Amino acid sequence: MKKALSFVTILGVSGVLLAGCGSNSGSGTGSSSSSSKVTAVGSTALQPLVEQAATDFQSANSGASITVQGGGSGTGLSQVQQKAVQIGNSDIFAEKQAGIKANELKDHQVAVVGMAPVVNKDAGVKNVTMAQLKKIFTGKITNWKQVGGKDEKISVVNRAKGSGTRATFEQAVLGGASAVKAQEQDSNGTVQKIVQSTPGAVSYLAFSFLNSKLQPLSIDNVKPTDANVETNKWKIWSYEHMYTQAKPNKEAEKFIKYIQSSKVQDGLVKKLGYISISNMKVTKDANNKVTNK
Amino acid sequence: MDQIKAKLMKPSRETKQETVGKIISYTCIVAIMLLVLLVLYFIISFGMSTFTTNHVNLWSFLSGTNWNPSQLDAHGNPEVGALPMIVTSFAVTVLSALVATPFAIAVALFMTIIAPKHGKGFLQSIIELLVGIPSVVYGYIGLTLVVPFIRGIYGGTGFGILSGTIVLFVMVLPTITSMTVDSLKAVPRYYLEASLALGATRWQTIYKVILRAATPGILTAIIFGMARAFGEALAVQMVIGNATLMPKSLLTPAATLTSQLTTGIGNTVMGSLPNNALWSLALILLLMSLVFNIAVKFVGSKGDLNK
Repeated sequence: MKKALSFVTILGVSGVLLAGCGSNSGSGTGSSSSSSKVTAVGSTALQPLVEQAATDFQSANSGASITVQGGGSGTGLSQVQQKAVQIGNSDIFAEKQAGIKANELKDHQVAVVGMAPVVNKDAGVKNVTMAQLKKIFTGKITNWKQVGGKDEKISVVNRAKGSGTRATFEQAVLGGASAVKAQEQDSNGTVQKIVQSTPGAVSYLAFSFLNSKLQPLSIDNVKPTDANVETNKWKIWSYEHMYTQAKPNKEAEKFIKYIQSSKVQDGLVKKLGYISISNMKVTKDANNKVTNK
Repeated sequence: MDQIKAKLMKPSRETKQETVGKIISYTCIVAIMLLVLLVLYFIISFGMSTFTTNHVNLWSFLSGTNWNPSQLDAHGNPEVGALPMIVTSFAVTVLSALVATPFAIAVALFMTIIAPKHGKGFLQSIIELLVGIPSVVYGYIGLTLVVPFIRGIYGGTGFGILSGTIVLFVMVLPTITSMTVDSLKAVPRYYLEASLALGATRWQTIYKVILRAATPGILTAIIFGMARAFGEALAVQMVIGNATLMPKSLLTPAATLTSQLTTGIGNTVMGSLPNNALWSLALILLLMSLVFNIAVKFVGSKGDLNK
């Protein structure tokens, strides 16, 4: 009890503090101090990239002070909307998050993340059709036998409701149908561990979390690779967004420009397992409409 | 003369110390009270907004079995049924207390009455060690050892109430044990001596006299253990599977109030219904902790020995 309470308290109190700080810095942007503090909060999928980029950026610009925190896409979007932070990191378009006024925010896309369905190696399945995948995650196919694998029960592992990865996966695969009620885990790392060790388990992971102990599934014989994402042959991917207020704080804008620069896009982005925004041959809008660049 | 008078009229060093001490302690007390009030205000105001601003029916919140706050059901009402979480929370709490209590009493008896000399130091240090381990470690051990073990024996995924119970059993054991030890120690020595003098065996003495006399204390210990189990989030979250389904057996994935809170809070937007619904879960937790506290007071005062 105590722990849950203190956790909630910390959230609440820090919310107040952050909101307080936010309103100060919000009114302070007019006088534009050169060494203002920038805080980026949100998506844990994007966090490693932003953290590393912030370290590099700060060592190159001595005046810059950038704080990076996780908390999830929802937190990032709501904090930036409330002007509590300057940058809100999100895996999903602000339009798709309930309670967010997307037209008040400015979208900066900084990377692309591909996601793949993964199964326990035991299942004996390497390729499924999109229709089969949909049936697996809506609970209509319940045994790997039905898709050419071993006679083993399928255990679906979902990400937490509202998770960016889950939203992306469900938009691409389920197309509006609701997922089967099953286990939910709140991080890529835990999902990785569970699918590795549970026979018959299936879930989905960002490409950077795939490893040799997992079996990623091809869909309609398309392999989950960066190259396939770039041409949209592989359909399950999303942008990593860094949202700011419509008129971003100067320092925040400089930092985002830095992440979008070819130096970071060709270096750090690739190194950490994301796909560079400049390599994409297609663009996708908030309604999942894909057009050629 | 005036000098002496002035000196006498001036407050002495000790008086000043007294004043400073008073100021410090009152400031602290007020700060703590403010903090508590703030927490209460936050949780209650956010927790109630599900019912006041989002107009969710309180009864359907408490008795509904579908939890999917971001979606609307067939009637256009948001799917916020907290019953699966409430039931699971109670199930893991009660089960872990039931399993832990006999062990705790046995260990406590061993430490205080059966072999105080040899048992005490060793067991005491083990119990203190158990208390000091952070809950994420218990969760990780649960995930890597308990879950595969359960899966190996019963099949399925291994995630579920049973795994949660096993992890919580280890976590509440030290709480219940150390408090039981205290209450056994508080039993007056002459009870024991009188009982033995009357010709009762040691087992009769333990069973009929010592445990009887210590019952209120042991009950308090159990309630404290249950309060800890009820509020534990991280370790349970790692082994219970977090599926917001009505638990059908001890072996299917389920979700507790706390695990739902920690998984959901980062993915929802402040002020939106999914977020408010989570605050309502927090409110249930707060009220339950209040119930546990009241129960402790009640048990403690009811069971006092009449001397």
